[in-house]
Amino acid sequence: MLGPWFCVGFGASEVGCPVGVGVCYSPAVPVTATERKAKAPRHAAVVRVTHWLTVIAFVALLISGLGIVVSHPRFYLGEVGNVNTKPLFTIPIPASRDTVPTGYHTVMPDFNGWGRYLHFEAAWLLVIAALVYGVWGLWTGHFRRNLLPERGERTWRGFWKACGLVMKRYLRRAPPDASGGRRYNVVQRAAYLLVIFVVFPLMIWTGLAMSPAFTGAFPMTVILLGGRQTARTLHFLLTWVLVLFVVAHVVMVSLVGFWSRVRGMITGRSTVLESESEEGMGESA
Amino acid sequence: MSGISRRKLITTGLAATAGVGGMAVADRLARRYGLIPPDDKGIYGPGETLTYAVQRVLAMHAPARQFPRSMISKAPFANETVPTGAAFKHLQAGGFKDWKLVVNGLVERPTTFSLTDLKSLPKKSEITEVACEEGWSYIAEWIGTPLHEVLREVGISPKTRYIVYYAIDGVIWESIDMGDALNPQTLLTYGMNNGDLPVGFGGPLRLRVPRQLGYKSVKYVIKMTATDDIKKFGDGLGSVDPGGGYAWYAGI
Repeated sequence: MLGPWFCVGFGASEVGCPVGVGVCYSPAVPVTATERKAKAPRHAAVVRVTHWLTVIAFVALLISGLGIVVSHPRFYLGEVGNVNTKPLFTIPIPASRDTVPTGYHTVMPDFNGWGRYLHFEAAWLLVIAALVYGVWGLWTGHFRRNLLPERGERTWRGFWKACGLVMKRYLRRAPPDASGGRRYNVVQRAAYLLVIFVVFPLMIWTGLAMSPAFTGAFPMTVILLGGRQTARTLHFLLTWVLVLFVVAHVVMVSLVGFWSRVRGMITGRSTVLESESEEGMGESA
Repeated sequence: MSGISRRKLITTGLAATAGVGGMAVADRLARRYGLIPPDDKGIYGPGETLTYAVQRVLAMHAPARQFPRSMISKAPFANETVPTGAAFKHLQAGGFKDWKLVVNGLVERPTTFSLTDLKSLPKKSEITEVACEEGWSYIAEWIGTPLHEVLREVGISPKTRYIVYYAIDGVIWESIDMGDALNPQTLLTYGMNNGDLPVGFGGPLRLRVPRQLGYKSVKYVIKMTATDDIKKFGDGLGSVDPGGGYAWYAGI
């Protein structure tokens, strides 16, 4: 399983490695322009680097975020909320503070010390990765070309129709259409756009809306959300939207070949490209 | 190696050099303008430094949010940490008449204030939110002497960069930079919601720092020291918290 991994780690040539072969060779054959285009990376370097930085940041944010939640597993609406006010909902777990009435007799260990440090450090990693990706994506037309639904799919009608076709194909587990694995379909585009331009920005916004210093300078950032506690509750709920996206993303990647796609996201090259015929490429994920 | 790879190598090299150079310049500027927090070392140092520097640049003089009287919490949560030491019990038995606040360090006139002394200085009331790092919060009216009035009274040196403050238990100590120390909302608080500050909420004297999370608003304050070198205090991390994992700057 690790063969192609080691291979691609050092394979700086334009020619990829066949699947399952543990040795990488780079024959000094001149590559024509057409061949180079056909073998252009599946993902640009900026996409690959920022993708994995986001993965690291997301895992760190998720773990530290859950650690922080344990200190007060109660959620409220509005500006204020504490153990003396009625919660909107609670998570049925013991807390890491004995002042929180959870109904359990155990008190969990404190995760907030390292949890908070890690959370904000990872948040900065995410923001920096997002800035690089965002500026690059606008500059190169990556969003317009690869993520905006294609021309016929930009009206509601066209969009839903195209979504229906893709979902039907998914449910039948049918092979991909003529576009093959080189282009995202409309469902992928919509999902990625939603996560990149709606859910992640909302996460950062609701996070900042909990900062007493930031909201002092920009009070509307918390007033528009309906208060500090509403911001905290939204921050928690949006976490699960992102977790759901990651689960769906990994499932889809696994259906078309997990290691092949992971490799594509690390080296930019896709194993199917070389091992299968040009027409028979798998669905990209 | 093909021409493209060489060009890529050169571009990457130039970008890396520019990046490293830019970081060095940013670091020098940040040091010059006091944008580096005391707990800037270790794996979490970069994140803390970015948070502190960016918030100081964006919001150095922005006041904490204030609320209308109607939003004052009916049932605030004290998160009670009543000191059990003999010294506190003794002062409490005497109705806190002998409570003293020592102010020293880089000041012309080191002074010991009684609560009566503090109450004779200009009084201010602020309706602000206490937000705990755990996630809960409440709004209250805080009544007290603005810290900057006390600092003016003792003749603080313009060289001062941090105010260090101590609780009576001898364990908890904190510090804030001059941005927070001179913020008119930072109060040496002795009253809450039109009454005396209850012991559970930090009475008789609590330093309210409303632009930061609750743990910076130390209860039962007995001493303050003005300094230009925070490294001389404790582990040099600016407060007792970073040792336990809690950031020095809690404006988040």
